[in-house]
Amino acid sequence: MNAATPRTLAEKVWDNHLVVKGENGEPDLIYIDLHLVHEVTSPQAFDGLRMAGRPVRRPDLTIATEDHNTPTLNITAQIADPTSRTQIETLRTNAKEFGIRLHSLGDIEQGIVHVVGPQLGLTMPGITVVCGDSHTSTHGAFGAMAFGIGTSEVEHVLATQTLPLKPFKTMAITVNGRLRHGVTAKDIILAVIAKIGTGGGQGYVLEYRGSAIRDLSMEGRMTICNMSIEAGARAGMVAPDQTTFDYLKGRPHAPQGADWDEAVAYWSTLATDDGATFDAEVVIDGDALEPFVTWGTNPGQGVPLSETVPNPADIADPNERANAERALEYMGLEAGTPLKEIRVDQVFMGSCTNSRIEDLRAFAGVIKGKKLADGVKLMVVPGSARVRLEAEAEGIDKIVTDFGGEWRFAGCSMCLGMNPDQLQPGERCASTSNRNFEGRQGKGGRTHLVSPLVAAATAIRGTLSSPWDVE
Amino acid sequence: MEKLTVITGVGVPLRRTNVDTDQIIPAEFLKRVTKTGFEDALFQRWRQEPDFILNREPYSTGTVLVAGTDFGTGSSREHAVWALRDYGFQAVIAPRFADIFRGNSGKQGLLTAVVPEDVVERIWGEIEENPGTEVTVDLESRTVTCGSVTSPFEIDDYTRWRLMEGLDDIGLTLRHENAITEFETHRESWRPTTLPVR
Repeated sequence: MNAATPRTLAEKVWDNHLVVKGENGEPDLIYIDLHLVHEVTSPQAFDGLRMAGRPVRRPDLTIATEDHNTPTLNITAQIADPTSRTQIETLRTNAKEFGIRLHSLGDIEQGIVHVVGPQLGLTMPGITVVCGDSHTSTHGAFGAMAFGIGTSEVEHVLATQTLPLKPFKTMAITVNGRLRHGVTAKDIILAVIAKIGTGGGQGYVLEYRGSAIRDLSMEGRMTICNMSIEAGARAGMVAPDQTTFDYLKGRPHAPQGADWDEAVAYWSTLATDDGATFDAEVVIDGDALEPFVTWGTNPGQGVPLSETVPNPADIADPNERANAERALEYMGLEAGTPLKEIRVDQVFMGSCTNSRIEDLRAFAGVIKGKKLADGVKLMVVPGSARVRLEAEAEGIDKIVTDFGGEWRFAGCSMCLGMNPDQLQPGERCASTSNRNFEGRQGKGGRTHLVSPLVAAATAIRGTLSSPWDVE
Repeated sequence: MEKLTVITGVGVPLRRTNVDTDQIIPAEFLKRVTKTGFEDALFQRWRQEPDFILNREPYSTGTVLVAGTDFGTGSSREHAVWALRDYGFQAVIAPRFADIFRGNSGKQGLLTAVVPEDVVERIWGEIEENPGTEVTVDLESRTVTCGSVTSPFEIDDYTRWRLMEGLDDIGLTLRHENAITEFETHRESWRPTTLPVR
């Protein structure tokens, strides 16, 4: 590789992890710096190792947490669902047998895998991160190359600490300008997905750039990178800068002393070079963005909250039109209805997209001193045990319960309803999570994806609402 | 993995776009710790609708699924592939697949064939007009055939070769074990390790 050739951030990280360059159509072999493991996508991988008599090559680059199945109430009681319990117990057995560090329910570092990695300082610029979970794209916020993998690949990484991969194409997503007060990272990414579609990022690594991205905190950048997969992209990235370094410094696993200086010097070289070319480019006007909301059953079916439910008849492509018609039927919505007139039954504040301390602070800031709308339930689920404690030290738990909401223990919770936190059939939810698929939050449940600020305003008014409506 | 060259079976028209992996297999079935026995979980919610395609004969015996664009989006759950495979599907044809789903399929011997949208429309026409019509997916010649429709399909060379040879990825990678070990000797000390600190 000619070092003088201008390269993108993604290409630099890729080149730096090349173990074997693929020839004659073979993929490259890429080294993996950090492998995150949870209970759902790992049991069959460990089984595969056991059957082949293979060890975990690098237990010291592997870390596990319990998140998808864990209850958010009564966490010291035995898990009621026997299959959930078995899956958790299987992870504990596997971690012990293969020598992998595990943060179990009740441990201070337990939580959603994509909250735990950054919180520990394990996620850092210029590394490769994988996990058997599509939202691994979250970690790209640090300038890491991070992507979700299937269970066969989990086994492959456990056995070899590498993955055979074809290079991704690169797409620049430039968000210019400055976000208005009340508009957040979540609105940026919902607008991006609405623009390029759920398949628009397929085959690409997205690099988020521009002044509106540079102005974001690490939490905001994580929210955006998290949902890259919802645009079909394996990974999303943001070039590391002072915001990144300030967030990392002093965290338990962040480099120290001379290692820190060496790392920062290297990380500072990772930004995309002037003159590097992307395979595709999308530009978003950050000044013009408004709070966004989804109306349908895929994350690309989103519009500004000030608009109305779209009319499928206006969609030219017959398959997309049929998809929209089916979505409206499932969602129980009429075309032309102003989105702000839609009543909700629940508000869910949590998930790997929006459950970090800054998200909770933003949410609490809006609801403080107010009351939950009649007939609406609110569940607030911090991303990790540590975030929960941090929030409690700031009094956020009290703000939530005084408001009329439930303050829960950490986990994936109602984002996908593998634990008891689920919507009932027909219930409508404003959710800060990442997927509005049919039945995602419970069979028959109807999901509108929103930012923490929109979730808070909606909890106050009982109808989908913008933070501008409650000021 | 068994070697794969030609798949022929009843074609099933799934006239939907954006079929996400939550629809292919809902999250409640991900709690199992086994890798087989997911056939009942496939499209579990949709199969409760009486007119869903897999509830209609002879489509229930299908082995080649023909779907709209962006098939397999969303969650990385490989269970989606296991459910399709356990039900009996050997190939899925669509204009575009989500990356992770496609990768997972290749690991499990489920053939994913990409053809243009108009070809999918024509195959839908054939298998809807004459239910039970077989679809042939030929890896050797990279063609899909159904009634009067013949079309080349797209699959990357490496996946095609692995499927045709029935090769296991880990075994292939371990040919490079020396290169991996060599790479590790240069790993900088600032890079993360998960061993407990302090």
